Amino acid sequence: MSLAATSNYLTPTGREEPWRFTPLNRLAGLHDPAFTLHDRISLEPADIPAGVSITIEDAAAFAPLSKSEDQVVQRVREGVSKVLLVEIKDNAEIAEPIVLSRKILDMVPEISRVQVNAGLHSHATVVISNSGEGVFAEDIEFNLAPGSNLRFVTLQEWAGRAVHVARHHAIIAKDATFTSYVITVGGYLVRILPTVEYTGPGASADLYGLYFATDGQHLEHRVHVEHGVPGAKSRVNYKGALNGELARTVWIGDVFIRAAAQGTDTYELNRNLLLSHGARADSVPNLEIETGDIVGAGHASTTGRFDDEQLFYLMSRGIPSEEARRLVIRGFFAEIVSKLDLPEIEERIMSRIDRELAAVRS
Amino acid sequence: MSTLEIKGLHVAVVTEEGSKEILRGVDLTINSGEVHAIMGPNGSGKSTLAYSIAGHPKYSITSGSVTLDGVDVLAMTVDERAKAGLFLAMQYPVEVPGVSVSNFLRTAVTAIRGEAPKIRTWVGEVKEAMSALSMDPAFSERSVNEGFSGGEKKRHEILQMELLKPKIAILDETDSGLDVDALRIVSEGVNRVKKNQDLGIMLITHYTRILRYIQPDFVHVFAGGRIVEEGGPELANKLEENGYAEYITA
Ligand SMILES: Nc1ncnc2c1ncn2[C@@H]1O[C@H](COP(=O)(O)OP(=O)(O)OP(=O)(O)O)[C@@H](O)[C@H]1O
Ligand SMILES: [Mg+2]
Repeated sequence: MSLAATSNYLTPTGREEPWRFTPLNRLAGLHDPAFTLHDRISLEPADIPAGVSITIEDAAAFAPLSKSEDQVVQRVREGVSKVLLVEIKDNAEIAEPIVLSRKILDMVPEISRVQVNAGLHSHATVVISNSGEGVFAEDIEFNLAPGSNLRFVTLQEWAGRAVHVARHHAIIAKDATFTSYVITVGGYLVRILPTVEYTGPGASADLYGLYFATDGQHLEHRVHVEHGVPGAKSRVNYKGALNGELARTVWIGDVFIRAAAQGTDTYELNRNLLLSHGARADSVPNLEIETGDIVGAGHASTTGRFDDEQLFYLMSRGIPSEEARRLVIRGFFAEIVSKLDLPEIEERIMSRIDRELAAVRS
Repeated sequence: MSTLEIKGLHVAVVTEEGSKEILRGVDLTINSGEVHAIMGPNGSGKSTLAYSIAGHPKYSITSGSVTLDGVDVLAMTVDERAKAGLFLAMQYPVEVPGVSVSNFLRTAVTAIRGEAPKIRTWVGEVKEAMSALSMDPAFSERSVNEGFSGGEKKRHEILQMELLKPKIAILDETDSGLDVDALRIVSEGVNRVKKNQDLGIMLITHYTRILRYIQPDFVHVFAGGRIVEEGGPELANKLEENGYAEYITA
């Protein structure tokens, strides 16, 4: 189904604030009503643990739970007829991750919606793993019931000309905890909107991210944390490395503390490591505070070159330069990766980064 | 038996105003088993000498030579120098976030020895070396030098020296920042490696205190980018009393 040109949809021009960093010509028409999008659910669940159900439902019966002003997300919502629904039962304690993966191998523009409902006091980890080469837009919503604890790991291991636009939105109820790891190590254009809102006190979000861009890749992450209720907490920590003259990353960290959100506790951090000349990392933390009654609010952003002193130190102990570089870069990401607690995924990501580093330099 | 031979070494750093000469003709020969103390005022170029031998990219060698057993050290990459048997205990050891001490030590030892150490013996070897230097085993899991106190960093340097077993070591103010007990412990570590490996040592220091533990065979006065006087251990005492005034030409 394609979006009729008669809707009130406004095609982004690139001049709008949310689009000003994004190369629209790489979007492969995802934002442009002149291009037809295909409604397709390509995610495949691995073993489904007890306490979880994964079904495909009518989109009409599971309307979006949140608003989005993003034009691509709006197109997804208007274009899909089905929703992939993940239900985690109340009080379920699920140790093994719930893994969903897709591998797209055609360049047919694809859209899909996912809704994840974490039941009361449930504990679970959802992994969504993307690979292959495709053109793809998605809208994922997480609805965390009171007291639930949901970890979300998403991997973008795209190849070549892959285009991926996504919104990952979490609605976090009283005393619930959402932890996300957004890991993007490939793609021609990737634009992800990890967004969070709270509905009760004691709600908490830890948003981690790791991105690694090589020549010709544009990897963009636009975090938005909406503190609209009192007593919620957020921590954001994204780390990126860029290698190659035409490598490009964008990180936006919008944190809004509304007048009603007394007792908010927030801190956001973005660090970028430039491994070669010409690479460009944009980092824009943005904290807006409408109440004086908060526990804490802060942000930090740094973008620096590879530290030659570290390289020298390691090499002076006999470690060859390639290996020393690898150690320093692994070390840079260790803070994020070691928290994952999924050794197989950790190793997969780090060895991909190792391989790309080696490929560029040889 | 190894020999590090430094001849007519001139070294410059590149600054915004251009190239600035720091070493102005250093001649020094260090043989296995010998301890050469180098003493001299701040800014005289002692660390520059140490870094130049180790191959720090900031310094450019404008003339002179450095050889280890006749082999040109200056033609080697930084890691090759370490593999050839040189070790520099740095005045300011570098922090490497996210890289654990245990991973770092294993990687370095593997590179230097040319093969990975056997896991079973390796764990014991590290434990023993750490306990000899009164280092808490918990340091293994910490990031290299990150958040280490000044004295802890220096112990960690000597720990690396014990495990890497170099032929010639340059200790750049390893004694600075050590408390009385740590000075003894670290000195014992240095003496242990000296005895076991017949290590040759260039010991850069400002104080005679460490020389009571590590007996120098030679004392060199370093000023204005070169060695300006040489003598035996008695020279160190004289320096401590009189300072460097007589060596500094305005
Ligand atoms: N990048 C640089 N630009 C200008 N001068 C430099 C630069 N790097 C080093 N120097 C100068 O070189 C000189 C020698 O420095 P070095 O660190 O070798 O001294 P040192 O003898 O080790 O001193 P200390 O006893 O204080 O450790 C100093 O005057 C220092 O300021
Ligand atoms: Mg010095």
